[in-house]
Amino acid sequence: MSKYSMHLLVCGGTGCKSQESDIIAEKLKNELLKQGLEETVQVIMTGCFGFCEKGPILKVMPDNTFYTQVKPEDAEEIVEEHVIKGRRVERLLYTDPETEAHVEDSKHMGFYKKQLRIALRNCGVIDPEIIDEYIARDGYSALGEVLANQTPEETIELMKASGLRGRGGAGFPAGLKWDFARKNEADQKYVVCNADEGDPGAFMDRSILEGDPHSVLEAMAIVGRCIGADMGYIYIRAEYPLAIARLKTAIGQARKYGLLGKDILGSDFNFDVDLKYGAGAFVCGEETALIHSMEGERGEPSLKPPFPAESGYMGKPTNVNNVETLANVPVIILKGAEWFSSIGTDTSKGTKVFALAGKINNVGLIEVPMGTTLREVIFEIGGGIKDGKKFKAVQTGGPSGGCLTEKHLDMPISYENLVANGSMMGSGGMIVLDEDDCMVSIAKFYLEFTVEESCGKCAPCRIGNKRLLELLERICEGKGEESDLVRLRNLGEVIKDTSLCGLGQSSPNPVLSTMDNFYDEYLAHVVDKKCPSGVCTDLLEYFIVEENCIGCTACARACPVGCISGERKEPHLINPDTCIKCGACMEKCKFDAVILK
Amino acid sequence: MSKIKSLADLKKIRDEKVSGLQSRERGEDAENLVQVKVAMATCGIASGAKETMEFIAEALEKRGVDAVVTQVGCMGYCYAEPTIEVKLPGSESVVFGGVNIEKADEIIEKYIKGGELVDGIIPVNYETID
Repeated sequence: MSKYSMHLLVCGGTGCKSQESDIIAEKLKNELLKQGLEETVQVIMTGCFGFCEKGPILKVMPDNTFYTQVKPEDAEEIVEEHVIKGRRVERLLYTDPETEAHVEDSKHMGFYKKQLRIALRNCGVIDPEIIDEYIARDGYSALGEVLANQTPEETIELMKASGLRGRGGAGFPAGLKWDFARKNEADQKYVVCNADEGDPGAFMDRSILEGDPHSVLEAMAIVGRCIGADMGYIYIRAEYPLAIARLKTAIGQARKYGLLGKDILGSDFNFDVDLKYGAGAFVCGEETALIHSMEGERGEPSLKPPFPAESGYMGKPTNVNNVETLANVPVIILKGAEWFSSIGTDTSKGTKVFALAGKINNVGLIEVPMGTTLREVIFEIGGGIKDGKKFKAVQTGGPSGGCLTEKHLDMPISYENLVANGSMMGSGGMIVLDEDDCMVSIAKFYLEFTVEESCGKCAPCRIGNKRLLELLERICEGKGEESDLVRLRNLGEVIKDTSLCGLGQSSPNPVLSTMDNFYDEYLAHVVDKKCPSGVCTDLLEYFIVEENCIGCTACARACPVGCISGERKEPHLINPDTCIKCGACMEKCKFDAVILK
Repeated sequence: MSKIKSLADLKKIRDEKVSGLQSRERGEDAENLVQVKVAMATCGIASGAKETMEFIAEALEKRGVDAVVTQVGCMGYCYAEPTIEVKLPGSESVVFGGVNIEKADEIIEKYIKGGELVDGIIPVNYETID
């Protein structure tokens, strides 16, 4: 039915375009026209292939040939050799760095393995509202396997051996957590799924719940069987209405199939799941605060021990796992601990989902094996920095994490490496910053968030963070002193050491890590009273560029305080002492003569 | 929907679904249908996936194309929402990004009906476990 028998896909991603991929496409079209093939072969520009390092990329369909580093002058050869004679142009094929062999078929290329979807395996693949589609992808088979062929102890051992660690922040080994909850005897135990995703810019849990809700339900039942619980709760923010609706549908379908309820799959195991709604407080992602909120108490953390595994929801042993952690569980059971632990690094096994946001071309949700470098994530999968700007830093771990810079780009991502470099895994938000971002105001932004979200129970977090924010505000307003930098650091350290829960213990991280990496920017703010990136408006001055100003007087007429002087047809001047920085002059100027500096 | 009473029962449902038995019983032949998946997570819907999906379902029916249009979760391409995946019988599936109603119309007319690719393809750059 197709009039085209062959397609030439040219990458139109930013990276490849900057290397003339659109000219390549033009040349290919011209060559085809010359050969009279324009009716049978189609040239098309596509989105980013995620392989910018070897760009420009050209893929030939239907034979899946993958050409890298193609130049406009290669167009003729590609058409003559590949299109007409059906011979691949060897020298343009991708060379496997390990075997040094040419790889013909893109399916066998290593770079396709840069992203490996385990937790997201069904997202975008199945209809989340049809349980049969989940079952067709081996859904609930892991639960069946656990119920029919494993003792709870065996399942826990398998989880320990797999090396799966919590994906919500701290990275505690999941199998060990289950073991603690199992060993605490009680008449009633609970399984809780922490779906209180609160990091700004992170949305992997929402995507999993919306795209593959059954995987979480199945995993919760497996946890229930392992620790001896017959009831599970998903603590989910009320501002995720679609995730809630899909979960409700999924729970209803699982109950109808008897995959939740009594005597599941002919065993004597009973398990059911219900939802508990959170009101969107960041601190409720902390497991003790989450449990208090579930009980109807204030969402405030309490001292550990006792850990929830001893005394959690309603004072009963409770196991809390994050959504992404749970989504990994069924696969690990089916494919085995060895398979899972073969992916990743020595201490961080498996994959991690990251939400790429900020000044990056391919904003999106990605899943990569642990040990992938930041460079691969940002510059290949993420397609590099927007508008060809320079990479400055990436904030990982949300408001509890820190920023990583150029020098960290080749660091393999693992729980330990991130902590050692002043950041953390957190839930996996990655906010990419470019040369136009001011690190002091980034730190201030995150601190505003933590001050807002601090529950107020302990003094270091409640008062300390507020004082920390005030110091930053002063610095951004140009009222800071050099001694403030010492106070910032001291106060930050004290808050970290003395706060009650994870929120306070990590809230100064954005300040401390930006100070570690961008101390000169702090100095510029307090000593020179300048913001090098031009973000902190209080430190900027409106300024008229003499060469651009034609003396039209539009700015002077717009100025509400009359601080602009100058003769008609002569360059004008702004008096910084009386200027109120309203920006009216800049708006009115048609010649780009008014700038902020 | 009756209860699944054992692991063997569960496997039976899985095999039926995988071999397309279920849809064949309903008189559909999945192999020879055009399959369209629309990413319908919050992010997709916010960028108009719902309108896109409604349009595609309606347009395909009106234009006499035998197709199944289903919703799926997030495909991960936030920068290119709404995204859809189209699988024509006998060929590999293709993902298109930025599919508003206009684009959807072009995809139906050119790709689905004529096999001609259109701009906006997102190359799949990940592996999924089976």
